Amino acid sequence: MPVNVKAKLVKKEALKKDVFKFSVKAKEIVDISKPGHFIEIRVSDQVEPFLRRPISIYNMDKENGILEFIFQVKGKGTDILSQKQVGDEVDIIGPLGNGKFDYSKYQNLAIIGGGIGVFPLYELAKEAKEDGKNVTTYLGFRNKDFVLLEDEFKNVSDELVLATDDGSYGKNGFAINFLKEDIEKGKIDSIYACGPLPMLRAVKKLAEETGIPAQVSLEEKMGCGMGVCLGCAVKTASSPKDSPSYVYVCKTGPVFDSTFVEF
Amino acid sequence: MNLEVNLGGIKLKNPVTVASGTFGYGREYSEFYDLGEIGAICTKGTSLRPKTGNKAPRVCETSSGMLNAIGLENKGLEYFAEFDLPFLKKFDTKIIVNTFGSTVEDYVEACRFLNKLDIDGVEINLSCPNVKAGCMAFGNTYEGVKEVTEKCRRVIDKPLIVKLTPNVTDITQTAKAVEDAGADGVSLINTLMGMKIDIDKRRPVLANNTGGLSGPAIKPVAVRMVYQVAQKVKIPILGLGGIVSGDDAIEFMLAGASAISIGSGNFIDPYVAPKTVKGIEDYMKKYNISDVNDIIGKVEMN
Repeated sequence: MPVNVKAKLVKKEALKKDVFKFSVKAKEIVDISKPGHFIEIRVSDQVEPFLRRPISIYNMDKENGILEFIFQVKGKGTDILSQKQVGDEVDIIGPLGNGKFDYSKYQNLAIIGGGIGVFPLYELAKEAKEDGKNVTTYLGFRNKDFVLLEDEFKNVSDELVLATDDGSYGKNGFAINFLKEDIEKGKIDSIYACGPLPMLRAVKKLAEETGIPAQVSLEEKMGCGMGVCLGCAVKTASSPKDSPSYVYVCKTGPVFDSTFVEF
Repeated sequence: MNLEVNLGGIKLKNPVTVASGTFGYGREYSEFYDLGEIGAICTKGTSLRPKTGNKAPRVCETSSGMLNAIGLENKGLEYFAEFDLPFLKKFDTKIIVNTFGSTVEDYVEACRFLNKLDIDGVEINLSCPNVKAGCMAFGNTYEGVKEVTEKCRRVIDKPLIVKLTPNVTDITQTAKAVEDAGADGVSLINTLMGMKIDIDKRRPVLANNTGGLSGPAIKPVAVRMVYQVAQKVKIPILGLGGIVSGDDAIEFMLAGASAISIGSGNFIDPYVAPKTVKGIEDYMKKYNISDVNDIIGKVEMN
């Protein structure tokens, strides 16, 4: 059940040029959020820019009611958001989404993320490790300039595999190739993914080939963020092409079983 | 202070309603406030049979507004009657069911079905720009609007409202057709057809290429059309297009709307509808107006 809060910005950190981590006081949201949930932020009380921005939850400090999210400045909405200062209020609706990462039935988790898709995986890895799961995290970045949160993920993973597409940092190649090797060694019983579409498609294929179940967090352009406008539709894999049946990233997802949807 | 208005036989406790397609069937926003705080809910457009929607992307942001091309996806009237209507009946607000079809006969059948339900009114959509058949195909001529409305009128005893498209040369003609066909009210405006192009991909952003523009960007067009229609017809007008505040609502009412709908404004502020009720009250206090009906159509032209 989402709530709308004006959350006070208590800490602002630039992780890189144009990548910010915000820590806000949002106990009402933190109390009821789970890994995979997202929030929607209204960056201005004016009508320009118009829509809220869907942003994933990076970390929650349940004890102190602190919610952390990381975003990259990509357009005018995130640019306005990035100009907020400590002490300002952030208008947030959350938690949103019903499809959450669910690792309860598994023990040996592979968490794989790419680029700015790695953010929602931190809380997942953290909670899974606290719950006694074996967590291997695979992070892929374009090159060493794009690498983010290495130490943070190391702290919440039993093993961290970091790869860059050009080999300029960490292992050389796509993160999924290293996940594949570990699956072949029998180290993994489930996959949790968020990142660029080509990576998610590769995860879907890998899950099909190996029979290891995968949960993927999808993105789509959203209107309302809560299942009203039906904007962020994604076709179910079982429905026929000429009569497609849709579910919604905001309400059914954003996390789906990789076999359930077509993307 | 009296906030009650009469929308073609539907007595609304206040003039604030929420627009079709921006409020689902009320469930999501009922988690934020008591839906009894608003005058009426216009449901998501629901057709006799279930209908699938368009491919994604279906929505995108534009200057002070957004484009959508959902494609009228819905689960059909039988599902509505079984699952959504009982939920809506829990609230002390009026229920106006928005419906549509791809042929005249579809509209009539849907209206026949709706006439049997415990609802307060029917709004027929002759204005969706995002589907191939029906809707705007009937909605852009006097004759088309009159024919569909007349045939629906024959099977509906409940208040009947017709929602019009602004994508016409002269909206007063289609509004006149609604009145001549015996409907109880007219709602305007639906979205303006628009397009946004991704300049890097050199392709439209929406999978449907074009979509309906809504939000504050269209408000001046909507206010102008409400004013023009108010000069031509006597049936009440449900005014909408970019309303996000009490002040916006007052503008529409001064132009001639008996009630107003909030559409995509719901997406940016879940509390916008009750805030708009409060904003109307504030305006009435400021100008010492005791009856909201005294505002309707009271704009004085220069």
